[in-house]
Amino acid sequence: MQTPAPFDYERATTVDGAIASLAEHGPEARLIAGGHSLLPMMKLRLASPEYLIDINDLEELSYIDERITEIRIGALTRHAELLESELLARRAPVFRDAEEMIADPVVRNRGTIGGSLCQADAAEDLSAVCAALKASVVIKGPAHHPDNPSGERTVGMDGFYLGPFTTTVGADEMLTEVRIPLRGGAGSAHEKVERRAGDFAIAAVSAAVWIEGGTIVDAGIALAALGPSTVIVTRAEEAMKGKAPSDELFAQAGEIAKEDCMPVPDGRGPVDYKRHLASVLTVRALRRAATRALQQEA
Amino acid sequence: MEVTITINGQKVSRDVEARTLLVHFIRDTPGLTGTHWGCDTSNCGACVVLMDGQPIKSCTTLAAMAEGHEIRTVESLERDGRLDPIQMGFHEKHGLHCGFCTPGMLMTTRALLDQNPNPTEQEIRTAISGAICRCTGYKNIVSAVRWAAEHEAAMKQEA
Repeated sequence: MQTPAPFDYERATTVDGAIASLAEHGPEARLIAGGHSLLPMMKLRLASPEYLIDINDLEELSYIDERITEIRIGALTRHAELLESELLARRAPVFRDAEEMIADPVVRNRGTIGGSLCQADAAEDLSAVCAALKASVVIKGPAHHPDNPSGERTVGMDGFYLGPFTTTVGADEMLTEVRIPLRGGAGSAHEKVERRAGDFAIAAVSAAVWIEGGTIVDAGIALAALGPSTVIVTRAEEAMKGKAPSDELFAQAGEIAKEDCMPVPDGRGPVDYKRHLASVLTVRALRRAATRALQQEA
Repeated sequence: MEVTITINGQKVSRDVEARTLLVHFIRDTPGLTGTHWGCDTSNCGACVVLMDGQPIKSCTTLAAMAEGHEIRTVESLERDGRLDPIQMGFHEKHGLHCGFCTPGMLMTTRALLDQNPNPTEQEIRTAISGAICRCTGYKNIVSAVRWAAEHEAAMKQEA
């Protein structure tokens, strides 16, 4: 029988209350939402927080809202809700691609986007999805400074991860919202290879392109399970700007992804196989993203 | 800490450690051992119960997290000596062999039929993709759910 080490438990009733409790209990306190990453780690004693703050009652953090320039997703939004969202399927289809292959439907009833991002597991899909879409996250902490009375700050996904299982979210802070910028001519897709249904990726790639007048004006490419954290392939993103989408261009981006990823050998495969997947999946994801972008443009 | 959970319509209270998992609370406190405890890692689906009508894995949920919610276990399916259509489907179509995965399969597919009364084979296979059966090869389980879907409407009219 696997049992977590003892801890104290509290159920938060407000966001501010949860943050105050984090500040009060210090770095050994953790938020718990779906719990499908944290509880297994606690059972294996890889994590032993002394204090858990259950945020499942904070319904104000559960939403997918369309604004003029962005989609705002509350941190407590469940995987099942992301999968079913017609808004996301239309404006950022990479979400549905990824969600169909994240864990299984029962786990997706509990797991949340905020938890997935904050877990910062390099093999987790939504981190790559949000990085490719050039999303930012809202992080809320205690209001220390008079010039920032809300205690909120906004961080791009390119500055969110500090290393494996480590993010910029401080011990007394909480991720409250994910913001997906909306621009014209957008297309996005996710490609994943896994050993069995619902497993973590052997390798996965999220890609997004923005096409105007037949030219790629911006691109996002992020890799899961291919480095110590989510890998953003900046060099490939830059190489695509100003060019027309073509199989040659995608192949070039795939080669860069293959060179710039940092996989390690493990039970899911050796390094050369993972690098091969980085290349192939980058090409496939870009091809589908571009097709979708051109459909939007037409 | 004192935890109170409504299980199959009955309030159950017990003083437990915060680290008590929902599956153990259900099995130990009211003694409802129909909910099985399998892989302990949220992979196998033997521990699936319904929380407010939604299937969840009770080995990866703290009992404290279920306080204030309605939990339904496999014991709630049979009513007044009548099996639920999903149970009858598993009986008619031989949807089990050793029976270890069955409580989780029944609750997962009961929730599916509540949301989607006429699922396709693919929809059934997707719904049970988080539940592992090592005996049947799933074919009979899929047939059982289809049987239940086909008979449920008629059985409801009779009742």
